[in-house]
Amino acid sequence: MLRVFQSPPRLRTALRHLSRARPPAADPQPWFLTNPQSGALSRQLHVGADGSRSSPAAAAAAAPQRLPFSRVTVEDLAFFRRTLPGRTITDPDLVQSSNEDWLKSVRGSSEVLLRPQTTQEVSQILSYCNSRNLAVNPQGGNTGLVGGSVPVHDEIILSTSLMNNILSFDNISGILTCQAGCVLENLTLYLEEREHIMPLDLGAKGSCQVGGNVATNAGGLRLLRYGSLHGTVLGLEVVLADGQVLDCLSTLRKDNTGYDLKQLFIGSEGTLGVITAVSILCPRKPKSVNVVFLGCKTFDQLLKTFQLCKGMLGEILSAFEFLDSECMRLLNTHLKLPNPISDCPFYIVIETSGSDSNHDSQKLHNFLEEAMTSLLVTDGTVATEVSKVKALWSMRERVTEALTHDGFTYKYDVSLPVERIYQLVTDMRRHLGKRARSVVGYGHVGDGNLHLNITSAAKDPALLASIEPFVYEWTARFHGSISAEHGLGLKKRNYIYYSKSRPAVALMGNIKTLLDPKGILNPYKTLPDDLRRT
Amino acid sequence: MSGRVLVGVKRVIDYAVKIRVKPDNSGVVTDGVKHSMNPFCEIAVEEAVKLKEKKLIKEVVAVSCGPQQSQETIRTALAMGADRGIHVEVSGKDYETLGPLQVSKILAALAKKEDAQLIILGKQAIDDDCNQTGQMTAALLDWPQGTFASEVSMDGAQVKVVREIDGGLETIKINTPAVLTADLRLNTPRYATLPNIMKAKKKKIANVKPADLGVDLTSRLEVLRVDEPPQRQAGMKVETVEDLVEKLRDTGMV
Repeated sequence: MLRVFQSPPRLRTALRHLSRARPPAADPQPWFLTNPQSGALSRQLHVGADGSRSSPAAAAAAAPQRLPFSRVTVEDLAFFRRTLPGRTITDPDLVQSSNEDWLKSVRGSSEVLLRPQTTQEVSQILSYCNSRNLAVNPQGGNTGLVGGSVPVHDEIILSTSLMNNILSFDNISGILTCQAGCVLENLTLYLEEREHIMPLDLGAKGSCQVGGNVATNAGGLRLLRYGSLHGTVLGLEVVLADGQVLDCLSTLRKDNTGYDLKQLFIGSEGTLGVITAVSILCPRKPKSVNVVFLGCKTFDQLLKTFQLCKGMLGEILSAFEFLDSECMRLLNTHLKLPNPISDCPFYIVIETSGSDSNHDSQKLHNFLEEAMTSLLVTDGTVATEVSKVKALWSMRERVTEALTHDGFTYKYDVSLPVERIYQLVTDMRRHLGKRARSVVGYGHVGDGNLHLNITSAAKDPALLASIEPFVYEWTARFHGSISAEHGLGLKKRNYIYYSKSRPAVALMGNIKTLLDPKGILNPYKTLPDDLRRT
Repeated sequence: MSGRVLVGVKRVIDYAVKIRVKPDNSGVVTDGVKHSMNPFCEIAVEEAVKLKEKKLIKEVVAVSCGPQQSQETIRTALAMGADRGIHVEVSGKDYETLGPLQVSKILAALAKKEDAQLIILGKQAIDDDCNQTGQMTAALLDWPQGTFASEVSMDGAQVKVVREIDGGLETIKINTPAVLTADLRLNTPRYATLPNIMKAKKKKIANVKPADLGVDLTSRLEVLRVDEPPQRQAGMKVETVEDLVEKLRDTGMV
């Protein structure tokens, strides 16, 4: 493994170099100048006399220095152009959008964007890059929220966008096999015509690609009902760092023959291999879908409603989401979406999916009657028609969008014991006081997953310093996860220790070295910087 | 005045559903497809309920003509605040040929029977886009009509209606009893809240047959064929400006 941060003095020099606003002309513009979350860097980079950094938070968020990978040469470009004629993009205007993430919070300086169409091409590219020691950034729909999908420096962007063929679909077993670049929404539309649906659904469905979903072990709105990708993915085809094609594209529901290798790649965020094809188990399309929008006075009542839901709706429950009154205020103000019911401190979106509308509406009716007479719920509305269902879901799905209109957003995605979820929001509000514009909580409460978002008028390093590491320490105190479904990517790689032990992370490092000895796959991401020191 | 308002609500294929034409081109596929209340009828119900909340009228009666499933549509109107419903049973062949002329005859008969002060309908249905029922009903009853209403206010025994027309807005004052048809901007229909959904289950829906009203359902129209709009041709990408000019010349556009 390459060792850069070998001794404190060298680190000190490196960090001082990075803190200067004007980089040397030879280097492309460092990403962190556009990365709001490391705004803390320039302000807090005070180095003590003993060489130690005075702000651990700043160091964690600091830009990783470029590792000594090779730089792309004219010969390299010639090879790429021979391998991918017409699909080797070097025009800066075209590469630009792939260099920046969806939140516009991080930007790399890659000069090469490759668009393979087949697994064979991916294999040839990786084999070549491995021999040349060129870093590669696999990229799907580029909708990730932790800066994991875009280059940090000049890594070559390997896009799966043109690998969008559906390979097969078995109507009896519901098993779909497709290339990694298929857009999630397109897959759902394809499946809907064949009486099935994808087992996952998320707000980014119009842009995200299934390979990226698998690489990040995406959760989403249907996890409560259909489980995680670790369960629904039956097989993967992965190209390893040296170009070797690992064909684990099984379509079997049960196969206990040796170690289940695909599990390593699910959630590996492109650091262990490039996923090129996926086979996934798809559920039947429900004949009857109902969405209920409820209002509760307290979070405790919300949790009791959840228990009641599980008891009375049981197997037809397919989603249980919540948002708070602050989220509703943002939806009203910025997106002009009216509140479907009266104002309440907490709102719940419940979805049921089943095969018999009479059976489901009867169960739903009983549940709603019970919820109302027991006063757990103060108000609510129900939708069965497609258009109304979409309208109610948008109250939950568009909170992210409403936040972008409220100012600069600090996003946190944590897993906590379900009874503690809202306490983090109230503690954070008290902790920040008037310094933040909005502090909102929403998310997959059914899965114990909170999306905590804070906004300020503009990016504010002082505010960020108040939020982090407070939020991570709070989460760690209750043995939660500092990243429930968004992954670590670039932004959270150094916070891994809040949720995983040192021996566990060390073993992850060993696996990384085994599968990618030169570290060319998505460097600077997922695993903490200090692994490279050991 | 009776203070009673009749609101017509039509059960149509939900506007978010993808429509498919039957293989024999005789119509669109309706079996197993999600149906819901016509969006303009929702606006009509909302306006009627608003008038009742302002105490300008006393009772809202929701009416629907169609098969058994039309009762669901009436229930939705009841959940939004209508007081009771009337289901005019029309099924089978009669339902397939049911159109504005037949429905307006039914509504006219009911209006007389129920001594209605106002009939509020949606301006058109999203399945046939006829935009005829309101106008025909008014003609059959010889009542004034305020169509494409974007604003309605009661002034004693008169109704002031602001209508959306091609050139802008037209304000008229008409006597009651009258027929109004709702346009998009009249109001934003409310979501039916749980307490009202529960109450709606207990409200009455009366069952009536067209024959009881003395209405003949024979249609004078025959649908010959239903076709999908022509497929949109895929676009073409060119590499350079020269290519573009050449293609434009080839297709005779330049």
